[in-house]
Amino acid sequence: MIEDLKNRAVLITGASTGIGAAAAIAFGRNGARVGVHYNRSRKEAEKVAADIEKAGGKAFLVGGDVTQSSACREVVDKTAAEFGRLDVLINNAGGLVQRVPIETVTDELFDQVLHLNVRSALVCTAAAVPHLRKAGGGSVINVTSVAARHGGGGGAVLYAGAKGFVSTATRGLAKELVKDKIRVNAVAPGVITTPFHERYSTPQMLEGFKATIPMNRLGAADECAGAFLFLASEQLSGYMTGQILEVNGGQYMP
Amino acid sequence: MFDLSGKVALVSGASRGLGWGMAQALAQAGALVLLNARDAKALEARVKEIAAAGGKAEAAAFDVNDHAAAAAAVQGAAKRHGRLDIVVANAGIQHRAPITEFATADFQRVIDTNLTAVWALAREAAKIMIPAKRGRIIMTGSISAILARPTISAYIASKGAVHALTRELAYELAPHGITVNSIAPGYFATEMNTALIENREFNDWVCRRTPASGWGGVRRVSPESVFMS
Repeated sequence: MIEDLKNRAVLITGASTGIGAAAAIAFGRNGARVGVHYNRSRKEAEKVAADIEKAGGKAFLVGGDVTQSSACREVVDKTAAEFGRLDVLINNAGGLVQRVPIETVTDELFDQVLHLNVRSALVCTAAAVPHLRKAGGGSVINVTSVAARHGGGGGAVLYAGAKGFVSTATRGLAKELVKDKIRVNAVAPGVITTPFHERYSTPQMLEGFKATIPMNRLGAADECAGAFLFLASEQLSGYMTGQILEVNGGQYMP
Repeated sequence: MFDLSGKVALVSGASRGLGWGMAQALAQAGALVLLNARDAKALEARVKEIAAAGGKAEAAAFDVNDHAAAAAAVQGAAKRHGRLDIVVANAGIQHRAPITEFATADFQRVIDTNLTAVWALAREAAKIMIPAKRGRIIMTGSISAILARPTISAYIASKGAVHALTRELAYELAPHGITVNSIAPGYFATEMNTALIENREFNDWVCRRTPASGWGGVRRVSPESVFMS
């Protein structure tokens, strides 16, 4: 148990499946109050919420399409209203959308990938700042990717570039928000077995990724959860801001 | 906090500074901590401090540059307690001189302690951890290996090498279930840095370039070591 996470009001975007869901349940185990954001996967989100409550936390379901800025603001404000405060924001919603060669990238696809991975994180952060400030400070945790550094797998240039933006913005926001005692850090997962790769990667691609990982296996969503708990806890990481924690089995080292 | 009950940890350079901070944090999380430094007397006092706080600790006085003594301490600990789960290779020294006045002997002394002894301690740890199929090795790097500052050429070279060594050992030991990480502290108010804190110009520089405004306290790096354990 991490004592200072008890009763903390945490919002996790994209918490219905994969890494977001694993993190949400881990916060539940530590007695936190968790805003479980979902878009299309209401059923899965309900199951995550039930698991959080079973583990000793509180859950609040909040739906919305974060590619729409108005929805981002609503999701944040609704969660803060439900809990009466907001201490931690985890900008986890994101996705590859589609693997395509650069010649076939359309403006629509460009906007879709950037709005989902970049704009949603920035708008949610902007919406969260007044609440975090009111709470006397807090922690924003972005989710970037190993792709931000190695350029991404085949056809994932937009996604990798978007995550590069998230990594850099993490450092910029850390400087900007330090005066409000808001720490901004990121978690950079490597190849984690989640619906993300079920959707976008073939078994052959996954075997290829595996060959580049010193631990010689793909990661599990649960193995990312500790990094979020650590960065959310003032007690554990109170002097850390602007940093990126890499959870990738050694695939890419700083 | 994380629970490290039942685990056995060894921390080198544990009588002062960040090593002492990390040792306290590991003990607080429930681990039995072997405190290493050269000064046996100082260690006894630290062992008592941890016991008084409800933790478990033992003194393991040896000079990290005496690799045979380090090997004996590691093997002895593993034998006595039936395990060695965590090794924090933290002991380090500093020497300041402009490059034109930097003596080879001083350069070598810093490299011996900050790099070669860290490598040797990791080697001894690996000998115990490989058959156990698990273990955590944590080394102390430094922000200065990335940022650089004048007059500490040996220190920066040694810490840059520690960062590279971390990556190599992480790769080599991953198949054995051993994780290897480094903590790269920023500017912390420890005994090693007393001269810098008292230097107004340097102090201003640190305070200016650190968004969280200034020197870190030892307690602020300790939880990271628990996290990596």
